[in-house]
Amino acid sequence: MSEYIAPIRDMQFVLKELAGLDQVVQLPGCEEATPDLVDAVLEEAAKFAEEVLSPLNIPGDLEGAKWHNKAVTMPAGFKEAYQLFAESGWTALACEPEWGGQGLPKLVAAAVSEMWKSANHSFSLCPLLTNGAIEALVLTGSDKLKKDYLEKMVSGVWTGTMNLTEPNAGSDLAAVRTRAEPQADGSYKILGQKIFITYGDHDMAENIVHLVLARTPNAPEGVKGISLFVVPKFMVNDDGSLGERNDAYCVSIEHKLGIHASPTAIMAFGDHGGAVGYLVGEENRGLEYMFIMMNAARFGVGLEGVAACERSYQRARDYARERIQCTDIGVRGGPKVAIIAHPDVRRMLMTMRAHAEATRALAYVVAAAHDAAIHHPDAAERKRNQAFVDLMIGVVKGWSTESGVSMASMGIQVHGGMGYIEETGAAQHLRDAQISTIYEGTTAIQANDVIGRKIAREGGATLQALIATMRTFDAELAGQAGDHFLAIRKRLTDGVAALAEAGDWVVATYRDDVRAASAGSVPFLTLLGIVAGGWQMARAALIAQSRIDDGDADPFYAAKVVTARFYADHILSRARGLASSITDGAIGVMALPEDMF
Amino acid sequence: MAAFDVDYLEVIKEKVLKILVPVKRVVDYNVKVRVKADGSNVDLANVKMSMNPFDEIAIEEAVRLKEAGIASEVVAVSAGLANCQETLRTAMAIGADRGILIQSDVDLQPLAVAKLLQAVCEKEQPQVVICGKQAIDDDANQTGQMLAGLMNWPQATFASKVVVAGQQATVTREIDGGLETIEIALPAVLTADLRLNEPRYATLPNIMKAKRKPLETTNPETLGVDVTPRLKTLKVAEPPKRSAGIKVADAADLVMKLKTEAKVI
Repeated sequence: MSEYIAPIRDMQFVLKELAGLDQVVQLPGCEEATPDLVDAVLEEAAKFAEEVLSPLNIPGDLEGAKWHNKAVTMPAGFKEAYQLFAESGWTALACEPEWGGQGLPKLVAAAVSEMWKSANHSFSLCPLLTNGAIEALVLTGSDKLKKDYLEKMVSGVWTGTMNLTEPNAGSDLAAVRTRAEPQADGSYKILGQKIFITYGDHDMAENIVHLVLARTPNAPEGVKGISLFVVPKFMVNDDGSLGERNDAYCVSIEHKLGIHASPTAIMAFGDHGGAVGYLVGEENRGLEYMFIMMNAARFGVGLEGVAACERSYQRARDYARERIQCTDIGVRGGPKVAIIAHPDVRRMLMTMRAHAEATRALAYVVAAAHDAAIHHPDAAERKRNQAFVDLMIGVVKGWSTESGVSMASMGIQVHGGMGYIEETGAAQHLRDAQISTIYEGTTAIQANDVIGRKIAREGGATLQALIATMRTFDAELAGQAGDHFLAIRKRLTDGVAALAEAGDWVVATYRDDVRAASAGSVPFLTLLGIVAGGWQMARAALIAQSRIDDGDADPFYAAKVVTARFYADHILSRARGLASSITDGAIGVMALPEDMF
Repeated sequence: MAAFDVDYLEVIKEKVLKILVPVKRVVDYNVKVRVKADGSNVDLANVKMSMNPFDEIAIEEAVRLKEAGIASEVVAVSAGLANCQETLRTAMAIGADRGILIQSDVDLQPLAVAKLLQAVCEKEQPQVVICGKQAIDDDANQTGQMLAGLMNWPQATFASKVVVAGQQATVTREIDGGLETIEIALPAVLTADLRLNEPRYATLPNIMKAKRKPLETTNPETLGVDVTPRLKTLKVAEPPKRSAGIKVADAADLVMKLKTEAKVI
């Protein structure tokens, strides 16, 4: 059975040599993240992921979270693992020191949380949601709310949730109907039902802090009338101790395709007279605040895609090394060989490896930019980095998670019939990965946000700047001799040209024919992901080659160059086709009348 | 009476122990080691290294004694290349108070390490040294014993339980026939066996604190120890590949084959 081993070598490479940890550590507030500390953190996190979280992955899937009498019981071992996780300080890694956090950069947090996700997707969702809730409270909560809740959430003693979705308000949050009635003491009475609430109830922590979207009386219609409330599972006394049970109950959990150990709750607020809630920030600005959580969570979900690529790759590789089947191709009567010798198995493994490395590189680079967007002393640099992050978060989310699903599927294919059997564990990766393209905004939601708010609205300025950066990089690439680099450069040049062409088309078309632009939105997101990933793989190859030229014999570097070459020929080469689908394909998407479906 | 209390506390304070724990940087236990092409040694290039697991148990035991109020200070010491610092930081993340690096690029053999530790013991004056019973790279199982000999201290090796009280330690040892419990006078050298404890996961705050704990660097010359290797490795080879098994007809056939072919009985 393949056990998860954290890909520390690639993580270190991306952190230190590609994403610029040396620059992040110079940022005010990020000084702690020196290379030796980061190594120590990665090593210990890897140990925790491999020894504590990974062994619970399959048992958690088999047992699943259980609902009984308005409460959820987690699968065996999860409570103990969570408590050890919190006691070990992992929940506090990137949180503000003011509330007990360690204040490590998002770049470091990205690598560490990738490990949690690869080791145990279901488990990792609890800290992911808690972190989103912490970010929203830090940025928008009143002093009292911060004082009452943040420290316990940062230390992991309490967990957090995001309560957005209702039966009729999924992707369309304008339809939220949960009510919030103001009370004489300044609190609100919350009444309504929420669905799809990840970790809405569980037995791993003593309290759960729900952040709930609801409407106050007389609030304007639509998204401009939604407010955000803190609704604790147990009331919190002034001295910080827990008080009465609040009227917020999990009335059922969902039966799902995957992430069986992650309870997906249906929450009833106010079935017994009303749940006590406290307004976060100002009335009617709830959606804006929720997007703070949402953006953090979207990036986190993007990392689930990276994690799925990596985990599926490791399992498929381990199987391909062990499974003996057929002689080497072209050899008659020779010895039977492990299937890793067969060219198409190799192609699949390289595809998986290349996706894991490219999605990781892009996600960490975006994380480093996020650190700069928050901490850089120069306002212009903060703004430039923020624009890049805003453009790319949807790509990290959409492209990485779609890759995660495809690679998990390919991982099954490498196993052949055995992959379709649950016992090998490959099928669970696919079942678990599939949710990542859906929650926190489906791929189409990300793609429409990217082409609309992030590109068309600003006339494509940030995209143009990104394309210009890639073209400047081409000059560096041109200086590197060798067949691999010739191939990489050719594909990257083509890819960037295709991206520029499709980008111009999107900007022009979004204004005149938004339906046509939208029909091409997901292919565009894929194109942007593939080209940006190719740009990072080409950078990685160039850095690796310079290490080789300096006499470094670490085989990691040679493997990086070859993987980048594979990526260029097999993945980046799709850019041209995608551009055609975007610019020419809208007619085919929309021409068939509805009644012909 | 009050005066007596103060004296008593003074005595306690003086008597609390300083524990020295030697830690070795070795190939990580998960790594499948390969022999160098020239057969001179195992290949350590680009291989994941970490703390010898038995040393981790030793550190854990020392930290537990400190947490129980029995030990006052835990000092980790490592000998070898500059990157043994990482191993010392790991020890400090588990709970050692400070680290001593004896930096050397010489191949340090057990006797040399024991002599280096002797020099450190003479300077630091610990009451207890807890070593791992052996390192998982060369499996020598010598350093702790040699150190005890050099210091002329009692030794309790392969410890699976340690109780320290006053100037004595009661140590349960894992021996071939089962368990043996002995009492030894301190100062002494203990070596940790697998079942002594289960090392904790270092917490993130402690990993960060470890960065700021003092780490002193010295070298064999300063300590006045000649570390020139005395043993010569002639050849390193992979164990022979396991050959295919055979089926035997019956018990008699098995006994015959074990005698005549395998020659093990």
